[in-house]
Amino acid sequence: MARRSAPEVNAGSMADIAFLLLIFFLVTTTIETDSGINRKLPPMEEIIDPPIIKERNIFTVVVNKNNQILVEEELMDLRDLRKEAVAFLDNGGGLAEEACDYCQGERDRSSSDNPDKAIISLKNDRETDYKVYISVQNELVAAYNQLRNREFTRLYPEENMSYVEADKKYSDPRTDKSVKEKLKEKISVIKLMFPMKLSEAEPNKTS
Amino acid sequence: MSKFKKKGSGELPKISTASLPDIVFMLLFFFMVATVLRDNTLLIQNTLPAADQVQKLDKKDRVIYIYAGKPSSRYQDKYGDQPRIQLNDKFATVADVGAYVLAERAAKREELQNVLTTALKVDGETKMGLISDIKQELRKVNALKINYTTRIGDYSQNQ
Repeated sequence: MARRSAPEVNAGSMADIAFLLLIFFLVTTTIETDSGINRKLPPMEEIIDPPIIKERNIFTVVVNKNNQILVEEELMDLRDLRKEAVAFLDNGGGLAEEACDYCQGERDRSSSDNPDKAIISLKNDRETDYKVYISVQNELVAAYNQLRNREFTRLYPEENMSYVEADKKYSDPRTDKSVKEKLKEKISVIKLMFPMKLSEAEPNKTS
Repeated sequence: MSKFKKKGSGELPKISTASLPDIVFMLLFFFMVATVLRDNTLLIQNTLPAADQVQKLDKKDRVIYIYAGKPSSRYQDKYGDQPRIQLNDKFATVADVGAYVLAERAAKREELQNVLTTALKVDGETKMGLISDIKQELRKVNALKINYTTRIGDYSQNQ
């Protein structure tokens, strides 16, 4: 038999199909990066002489075993927590050297003196659900972020971004070093204005 | 000009592109396989709670992972349905956390040992008691930087 070459199937378009798939996977797969709420635990050593903190400077948040949120011993909905926390931090009720010139709160004498003094104390029960705890943490961080954003846009309108965006840009390894230097300064100024003083008490045992 | 004239019926020899798909497929398979790398097989249910005030946790070499949650359904008849801690590929107790963190820390490069973060990947349904215990253990070994790993979303999804 004369060996005729069999009619070849045109495989030219196969590459196109494969390329299409390749590009699809290249675009859609993101190498997973986790994100979450960063926290710093207090060191183990006992504080021998705990500083005396005035009652009005503490914002007590308790999450009980039924996942109810109690702020200053009153039941509160999660939706109102952010607003209340902002009002507390931004109060600026202090006088003379304790006054806060950038606070826009009500300057209530029975609430916090200034953001530097204001402490949010978070206490949870052993029976509290983790997701409720995270929601509360999230709202409290949101309160700080809201105030920091406000001050950042007020002080540095030329940056044209919020504090959170600036912080994100600062921690992005792709950002230029000179830009980072500039941002670092501004971020630390804002952090000093509204330092995150979030204290977590050890949970009490459910009796 | 006549130099380049086709001779007879001789056609221009085609470059075979038959191997091109093979090369591309090879690349394709590489990306398909390589991009879904999972470090740990989870033995537990791990639906992370949602939060929106989050910070990114990049640089995987600086992170120690601790998982916790109820055992997945296929392990439940063996391990029960109480939330448990998972370290690497094994279930562990609270007492193991400290040793695990120290071992992980020792395995990292020296210059990274002070900047490690412990990522807590905990199922939303877990009770805080277990997490408080983990936190106490972490304080004991001086691993103070922690990250509550979350999904990105509104807190209302947590209800």
